[in-house]
Amino acid sequence: MDFVKPSIDYFELSPLLIVFAVACLGVVVEAFLPRALRYRAQVVLSLVGLVAALVGVVLVARAVATYDDGAARGILAVGGTVAIDGPSLFIWGLVLALAIAGVLLFAERHLDGGVSAFAGQAAAVPGTDAETAAIAAQREHTEVYPLMMFAVFGMMLFPASNDLLTMFVGLEVLSLPLYLLSGLARRRRLLSQEAALKYFLLGAFSSGFFLYGAALLYGYAGSMDFAAINEAVRNDVGNNSLLLIGTGLLSVGLLFKVGAVPFQAWTPDVYQGAPTPVVAFMAAGTKVAAFGALLRLFYVALGADRWSWQPMLWVIAVLSMFVGAILAMTQSDIKRLLAYSSVAHTGFILVGVIGLQGSDQLASGEITSLQAVLFYLATYGFATVGAFAVVSLVRDSGGETTALARWAGLGKESPLVAAVFAFFLLALAGIPLTAGFVGKLAVFSVALAAGAWPVVVAAIAASILAVALYVRVIKVMFFDEPVGDGPSVAYPSVMTATTIAVGAAVTLVLGIVPGPVLDLAAVAGEFIR
Amino acid sequence: MLTVLILLPLLGALVVAFVPRAQVRPVGLAFGLASLVYGLVVASRYDVDGGMQMTETHTWIEAMGVHYALGLDGLGLMMVLLTVAIVPPVMLASWKESESPAGGGARSFFAWVLALEAMSLAVYTATDVLLFYVVFEATLIPAYFLIGGFGRSGRGRAATKFLIYQLAGGLILLASVVGLYVVSADAGNPSFLISDLAALDIDPITQRWLFVGFFVAFAIKAPIFPFHTWLADTSEKATPSTSVLLVCVLDKIGTFGMLRFCLGLLPDASQWATPVVVTLALISIVYGALIAIGQDDVLRLIGLTSLSHFGFIVLGIFVFNATGGTGAVLYMVNHGIATALMFLVAGFLINRTGTTLISEMGGVEKHAPILAGSFLIGGLAACGLPGLSPFVSEVMVIIAAFDHHWLVGSVSVLAIVLAAIYALWMYQRTMTGPDLEGSAPVADLDRREVGIVAPLVLALVLFGFFPMPLLDVINPFVHDSLTSVGISLEGGHQ
Repeated sequence: MDFVKPSIDYFELSPLLIVFAVACLGVVVEAFLPRALRYRAQVVLSLVGLVAALVGVVLVARAVATYDDGAARGILAVGGTVAIDGPSLFIWGLVLALAIAGVLLFAERHLDGGVSAFAGQAAAVPGTDAETAAIAAQREHTEVYPLMMFAVFGMMLFPASNDLLTMFVGLEVLSLPLYLLSGLARRRRLLSQEAALKYFLLGAFSSGFFLYGAALLYGYAGSMDFAAINEAVRNDVGNNSLLLIGTGLLSVGLLFKVGAVPFQAWTPDVYQGAPTPVVAFMAAGTKVAAFGALLRLFYVALGADRWSWQPMLWVIAVLSMFVGAILAMTQSDIKRLLAYSSVAHTGFILVGVIGLQGSDQLASGEITSLQAVLFYLATYGFATVGAFAVVSLVRDSGGETTALARWAGLGKESPLVAAVFAFFLLALAGIPLTAGFVGKLAVFSVALAAGAWPVVVAAIAASILAVALYVRVIKVMFFDEPVGDGPSVAYPSVMTATTIAVGAAVTLVLGIVPGPVLDLAAVAGEFIR
Repeated sequence: MLTVLILLPLLGALVVAFVPRAQVRPVGLAFGLASLVYGLVVASRYDVDGGMQMTETHTWIEAMGVHYALGLDGLGLMMVLLTVAIVPPVMLASWKESESPAGGGARSFFAWVLALEAMSLAVYTATDVLLFYVVFEATLIPAYFLIGGFGRSGRGRAATKFLIYQLAGGLILLASVVGLYVVSADAGNPSFLISDLAALDIDPITQRWLFVGFFVAFAIKAPIFPFHTWLADTSEKATPSTSVLLVCVLDKIGTFGMLRFCLGLLPDASQWATPVVVTLALISIVYGALIAIGQDDVLRLIGLTSLSHFGFIVLGIFVFNATGGTGAVLYMVNHGIATALMFLVAGFLINRTGTTLISEMGGVEKHAPILAGSFLIGGLAACGLPGLSPFVSEVMVIIAAFDHHWLVGSVSVLAIVLAAIYALWMYQRTMTGPDLEGSAPVADLDRREVGIVAPLVLALVLFGFFPMPLLDVINPFVHDSLTSVGISLEGGHQ
């Protein structure tokens, strides 16, 4: 077998390469710069890198060629292993924007007396002298920035991968840094470490499933390449049970990442234990990236086999919506509540995925599934980052207070913070004039147009449950009497404030004028093969 | 023109949120009055021949065929006038209560009231189904904070119950709205404009499913048995002023929607559903009046009478004849005025006696004749005394009900007897008789309160004797909407 060196399309890959370079540079900074300078250097480096990558995305998006009479745009780079097409670029832009918000939250030091939310020295066992010493010295882990940049790199590679191996690499590069970041909370260290361990073990397990599924699909199609798998499915070659089992196992890996039922068990523990800035970044970013990958796998590689996987997704979507909404109602911790709500949202996004209608199957002026899902991801991402950023502000003497009962009276203590949080909750509930509403409208209409009306009926029922859940939190904040001293709100630096303000602004603007972003998702067009 | 009508109170809400504390109430009232004046200007431009007027259409979300489209027809005009007319008295009536520390203060009260007014006006003028849906849901936010922020203990729970019921109804509505959109997309022209949707030829099965969604949502809003259970709790816990806004303005969206969407867009399915709907309406009429009789809480009692009255309105809509339709629309206006009067006077009474329980009141008549008198007028209006405007509409609906079927008519007549019982018995127990032991004499209405009550009483009497100005506006609308149903009726029988 000849080895052909792939040509590398440096310009189109530039956003990916910039993020990777910044991550590597961050490691160098960590190794050589004195401790006192690292924080500033890392923050500036990460922000500059992310902004540069975002500019790169815009430039690439303007330059890529069109395909299929304009139905799709983009190129296959690096020997066909990375697809830089409209959906990839849309997701890249979204991930980068969320990552910028993530860096701002990571860098926040005003909330906790001049230190960040991360452990002073992760290696120090909780409660020992070493930990006390680390706290006294006001140490902090600045490795979190390069770790995060690696995760961002993974989040960009994952949805853009055009073969199963690249997708696996993307999956791992995105996951491993997040496992580490989850264990680095400064407060409640044991909870955080437990979360990291759980996330790692279950994540490793799901990666195993993914890899096994990839092997079976390779056995079926004789290729890892999505276009080749698609051809094989169309021509109905090979052993169908290999295809079915392979699809199932691959789905396990991907559905684990998006937190769909029955692979959601890790979400509440990880969301509760991990440092809040990490949760904000991870909850939004991972979901966006993983749904990008899921869409690409199911639409590009397995699109012709949709009759076998659509029923599975129907069931999983319905289960996710109901389990998420019902279990969220029983939670007394705000982060766990948001975790289960994210499970429910996974279900709602899957409702959009089920649509699977390209622009060629629809009347002009009707939106496609891809468009609806991409839009939903954008609205969900910004509302989630904003909501978790607000969670990091509410405190009592023991640091962040996430017990829902302790949030009673927040509306009187700080009307602004409570109002902003209520706004994010209303967006998550899908109330009109917020972005969440347009997102729901979009996924419901594509699913209905595809004839999946039982799922839409279930989605409506689940939305009613979810509404009850969010309204309960609003009631606690505004109408319940505070327990004891009541919550206090820490005054954040401009970084967290910016994140919250931008999240709220995007949520409001997309709720009132969603047109431009819907159009952008439409311009993204189809996946290329 | 209509955009300004919506923006004026919305601007008022923003201004009220930022003016100095002392000016909150006068500025709020000024915006309320300005909206009233502007509403009258709009009405003066309205051409009584009917049809959609003063339309504005702009593309909003191009990707989904959503428009920012407004227009006004006879029905819309009635509801717009009711809305702008109810708001200033409500503001005046809560001049003092809104100061109470229990709530969020006068600033949030006035701001939310103006926001609610703006959203309601948008609901009544929207001619795009999605725009209607968006503002329909948006009205719930100010309503939620008005219920939860002001009123008696237990209001938080009542507000939550209210919101969950309404949002549940809203989501069911959303399913039907999206369904209509998908039907229009299948027909090749995806759009949410009512005018486009009305031109669609929807197959009967789809139409019925869509109808069920619309009807359930509007029955929760209206409220109609068995979707009414939020009403009593809400009107008991919220302040009387909030209840006025809820019952007299917001709940009309339910019957408004039935006329505009069920009849307007799904005429065949509306006919198909008539037996069920008429039965539910009759149950609401009788059941609402019966349980109202048994209440000891005056606010809960008034709230429950509305269940009976909404039954009348729905009955009028679904008997499908001109008298019934006109009676129903007229009823929507009259019920608004009469119930507002009852709630507001009850509020004054509660402020004075310090209790909401009928069993703890008595002997008010001797000390406060004006208060007692206006309460009596409100009560008599509710039970349809000739000479007061609800009489006209009630008689029209009953005549129409007899035209529909003698049994339906007979049952609806029962309500008049029952209404007399709850209205007069309530009056007797609260106002007549000896003073209750240990309670101080109740002061009569002061000038501000008389100023609130007088226009409402005047309107009841005026429209009781001269309903023609209203009927002139309503008749063309009813004629138009029945024509669309009637044509399909002939088609259905052939």
